[in-house]
This record gives sequence, C-alpha cells and structure tokens, in this order.
Amino acid sequence: MNEIIRLEQIKREFIVGDEVVRALRGVSFTIGEGEFVTIMGTSGSGKSTLLNILGCLDVPTSGEYYLDGISVREMSKNDRATLRNRKIGFIFQNYNLLPKTTSIENVELPLMYNREVGHAERRQRAIAALQEVGLGDRLTHRSNQLSGGQMQRVAIARALVNNPVIILADEATGNLDSRTSYEVLALFQRLHRDGRTIIFVTHNPELANFSSRTITLRDGRITSDTRNEHMASAEEVLASLPKEEE
Amino acid sequence: MDINNLLKICIKALLNNKTRCFLTMLGIIIGVAAVIAMLAIGNGSKQSIRAEIGQMGSNMIMVSPGNGQFGGVRQSGSSMQTLKLADYEAIVKQASYVDKITPTVQASGQAIKGSNNTPTTIYGVNDQYLDIRGYKIASGSCFTESDILHAAKVCVAGQTVVDELFPGQDPIGQTIRFNQIPMKIVGVLEAKGYNSMGMDQDDLLLAPYTTVQKRILAINYIQGITCSALSEEYTDQAIDEITRIIQTNHDIKIGQENDFNVRSQQEMMETMSSIMDMLTVLLAAVAGISLVVGGIGIMNIMYVSVTERTREIGLRMSIGAKGRQILLQFLIESIIISVAGGVIGVLLGVVAAKIISLFGMATAVSSFSIVLSFLVCVFTGIFFGWYPARKAANLNPIDALRYE
Ligand SMILES: Nc1ncnc2c1ncn2[C@@H]1O[C@H](COP(=O)(O)OP(=O)(O)OP(=O)(O)O)[C@@H](O)[C@H]1O
Ligand SMILES: [Mg+2]
Repeated sequence: MNEIIRLEQIKREFIVGDEVVRALRGVSFTIGEGEFVTIMGTSGSGKSTLLNILGCLDVPTSGEYYLDGISVREMSKNDRATLRNRKIGFIFQNYNLLPKTTSIENVELPLMYNREVGHAERRQRAIAALQEVGLGDRLTHRSNQLSGGQMQRVAIARALVNNPVIILADEATGNLDSRTSYEVLALFQRLHRDGRTIIFVTHNPELANFSSRTITLRDGRITSDTRNEHMASAEEVLASLPKEEE
Repeated sequence: MDINNLLKICIKALLNNKTRCFLTMLGIIIGVAAVIAMLAIGNGSKQSIRAEIGQMGSNMIMVSPGNGQFGGVRQSGSSMQTLKLADYEAIVKQASYVDKITPTVQASGQAIKGSNNTPTTIYGVNDQYLDIRGYKIASGSCFTESDILHAAKVCVAGQTVVDELFPGQDPIGQTIRFNQIPMKIVGVLEAKGYNSMGMDQDDLLLAPYTTVQKRILAINYIQGITCSALSEEYTDQAIDEITRIIQTNHDIKIGQENDFNVRSQQEMMETMSSIMDMLTVLLAAVAGISLVVGGIGIMNIMYVSVTERTREIGLRMSIGAKGRQILLQFLIESIIISVAGGVIGVLLGVVAAKIISLFGMATAVSSFSIVLSFLVCVFTGIFFGWYPARKAANLNPIDALRYE
C-alpha cells in the first residue's frame, strides 16, 4: 500500500489574547492510499484542526506534513491551491456554501477554477454529483432555500465533483437523519471501493465500524489507532432499515 | 483559468449582491455628478460674465476725470471738471486708432408720465454710444446730429422705463418729464436684461449730451468720454494715443500727474476674471469635499462588505482558487461597478448642470471636471474594492473562512 499522507510531530497552537491554546500537541501517523480512516474524539479534541491541516487549508505551527511524499510546508501557495482543487475534496463542518447561490452553481464552483473542464462537462458533472447525494430535485434551489441536511449534501457533492483522490469530511453526517447518514456512508464506502482515500471525522462511535481504521484524538494527542478488519457494510444496514413511508 | 469563467464568476457575484452593488455605485454616481455640476456652475458664471463684458465691447475705452488736485485735496471723480468737450473734439480729430466715440454726462432723477413715475438715470451721449455699448433701437429712431446741435428735448428710452411709464402703450412721440424737463421719446431700446452684477441695463434714458449738459445739469464740462478702439488688438495703442492727446490738451508736462484716467474694458474684464477665478477655486474646494465624501462613501460600503466577502474568499481558496484569481475577480468586479457608476455619474452630472441652467444659473460642463471626477471616483472604487480582497487573499483559507 502506497503511503499518501505522512504527519510528523504536527503541532498547532493558537494564540488567544495572552493564552496559548494547544489544539494539536504532536500528532504523527501515516495513511496509505485507499484507506478509510475515521477520526474520533470529544468536542475540542482537535479533530477539525487536524483535518484543516490535512486539507492544506491551514499550516501547522511545527512539524512536517508530506502529501504524496512532498512537504506541504515547502510548497508555494499556488501549488497548494492547485492541490486543493485537483486532489482534495473537503467537506466542512459548517458547509460553507456560497450564499444566495443555487446548488448546482455551488457544486460547479471547484470546476470553475479548473481550466481543463469545459462548460458542458462542468454542468453535467455537477448534476451527477448532486444526483449521487440524492439532490437531483434540488438543482436550482438557492442555499438559503435548503434544509440543514440538504446543505450538507450539497457540500458533499461539491467535494466529490472534482474526483478527488482524498476526501476529507468533517462531521459530514452530523446533520443528517440516520437513514440519510447511512446513505452518505454507503456513498463513501462506494468511493472507497473505487480506490479513494477517505478521512472521516465524527464523534459518533457507531460510525467507526464502517471504516477500515479509527484514530482517536484527545486533547490534541492520539490516544488510539486501531485497524478494523471487518468493515460493516452501510448498504446492508440501509437494507435492514424500515422503508420510509412514501 | 480562462477569462470566460472569471467573468462568469464576477457577474454571478455582482448579481447575487445587487443592493451592495447599487450602494457602491450610488457613492460613485453622487461623487462624480456633484463635482461635475459644481464645477459647471463655477465655469458657467465665469463664462457668462466674460461673454457679457465682451458683449459690452472688449475694445471699449473709458476716459474719466480723476487724480486732479485742488489745493491738495483729492476730489471724487465725478465732481471734477477736468474733462471738456474740447478733449472729445481733439480725440475725434487726431486719434487714428479710435473708432466710435461719445462724450458722456449723466444725471439721476425721476421720470414722470401722468400718474406714473420711476426713478432712473439719463445719459447724455451721442448716437455712437449705442454701437459702443451694444444697444439697438427696437422702435422709433435715435436722436440726430441736429438734435445734439440744438440741445433738443428728445430722448431714447430703455424698456424698463417704458414698462413703468407706458404700461401697454406705444411711447413713441409721447412726452415725459425728467426732473421737470419735458422730453419727447423718439425711440425705444431693445431690452438687454440684467448684467452679471445684477444691474438692469434697460433702466435708462439716452438723450443728446448737450441737452443733459445744458438743460438738466447746467454744466459746461463733460463727465467722461467713452470710445471704442478700431479692434481689440489696437486697444493699447488707442489708450496711449488718447492719453497723449489729452495730456497735450491739458498741458501736462512729463513727470506731472494726469488729471484724468484712461481705462480699457479689458482691464475691467481682467479684474472681473480674477474675482471669478476665486469663485471657481471656492467651488472647486466644495467639489473637492464632495469628492472626498463620495470617496469615503465608496470606501465604507466596500469595507462593510468585507466580512461577508472574506468568507467568500476563504471558501473560493479552499476549493482551489489561487490568490491571483481571487484578486482578478475582485478587480474586475470593482472595475465593472466603478466604471458603470462613473459613467452614470457623468451623465447625471451633465443632466444636473442642464437642469440648473434651466433655473437661470449659467452652467458650463468642462471636460476637465468630467475627467477629474471620473478618474478619482473610479480609482477610489477600484482600489477599495481590490484592497480588502488583497488582504483576504493573503490569509490562510481557514482564517479567511473564520473571519468575523
Ligand atoms: N482559530 C482558533 N483560534 C483559537 N483557538 C482555536 C481555533 N481553532 C480551534 N481552536 C481551539 O482548538 C481546540 C480544538 O478545536 P477543534 O475545532 O479542532 O475541535 P474539534 O475536535 O473539531 O471539536 P468539535 O467536535 O466540537 O468540532 C479547541 O479548544 C478550540 O478552542
Ligand atoms: Mg470540529
């Protein structure tokens, strides 16, 4: 298994007033290509901070982060932007959709910054991504006309539209009912089978069973890192759930 | 990324924020329009005063008595008696740069017709006065040489006097009384309206100078000589010539002070122009302030939208926009807003100037004011649309996303 992510003693400190908040206190691990990793931990343990660093949205205070063997710290800003555009799909805890913008335009956005994708292909891929998350009937709804769960699914579609090799999801099922969250999990498992690397942050321990590995954070440190040999299938759980009455 | 996508992004962003766009544009529109209208007023009054003075005749020269000393006491000009008809006749005979010329005397008094009366001024002149001052006869005729020779009791009336004394009647051939002297009206002047100093140029009577001298004032001197140079460029020569002729006539030696003044309309015009320049500077200062206020308005609205837009920038960066693309987007957006606002502002300013001129105030839109206000406002708009974006684009995407 090729190593795709390597973290070495990552620390992230925030200075708030004259106090130093140590969100990450030295995190090291490697993730191989095609792994499905769940990051768990209590609120405030540093999960989002870690994921932001993995997504090249933030830079660590100290430590090294190698993506595909290249040190992110040494990359130029533009290279990091291209990386985010082509390789990473990031799902934010608070969605971060463009206000007053339709679902389809929100999903198209990453492709707007990719000159290799033409107009027609962009539209078609955005529609496909929205259909995949079950929003085929909400294409032209604006973000303020969607429910929380729908916004979350638009954010997921936006993260998938550029066919990223790594998908980083911060509480991607936090606002979904159990049926829809299993649907999203099933989607992630499908993507995982296609060879994508997925890192999935949650504080719901049940969801850890559906991934191949679980890393637990506490106070900015890793407290456990376990492999899960028997991944539960979200499809099966879905099938066993009582059908929604139409 | 290709420019098509960028333009699409810009247009979407602008359409999604119509109110903000409108407010920004409003700042620019008002700034530009205010400056253009303000400077148009300044320019307009300056030009109209110039035109009026020019209409009076830029080649006009006036001789007045003055600087004569009687026992060491300086007298006021009109009470001085240094100018005589002989001076006038000498200029007529000898001067070669002088075109039209008239002696002048004047008296104020009450003009009466039946139960109507009005205070006015009677000017004693010859018929050349009309050409020099740009008056025209509307009806009737001017008095004649023979009227002057005989000091005939005839006069030409200005429109204001006619309106006061002969409401709705034809005044030609009628006799009025001016300071008890009966005068027959032989002609009526075309109305000239008010001049830039607010003086009614139609509130006057013109009579032969001999009549005013002998019958009204009972004096044998004249109060001034008004003449015109052959053309504007001969004005200086004409002034020198007239000065020399009167000096000889008055037997004034070199080094002695003249007992008269010769001034050209041009000198007066220069004085007026400098006053008007001051006015323009003042208006420009006011315009400058509106420009600054407009500019601050633009900065404000641009800055207020920064929070929302910083998040937008953070999001765009987090899905892969490069700093350069963000900056280009904001630059294009603010160019679109500012240029559109600037163009509307120019149109509005020009229209405002037109409307102001309908209310009787002279306005003249200068291309300088258009260029200046347009450049300043558009530049302010572009800069303050772009500068916050530049700051945001330098942040980490996550910091821009968290910006409050
Ligand atoms: N920008 C920041 N400035 C200051 N402190 C921060 C900042 N971001 C995070 N922190 C602090 O770092 C710690 C970890 O935050 P983080 O968002 O990573 O938690 P989390 O594990 O994602 O929690 P949750 O499950 O509630 O989302 C918290 O104590 C938080 O207060
Ligand atoms: Mg979090």
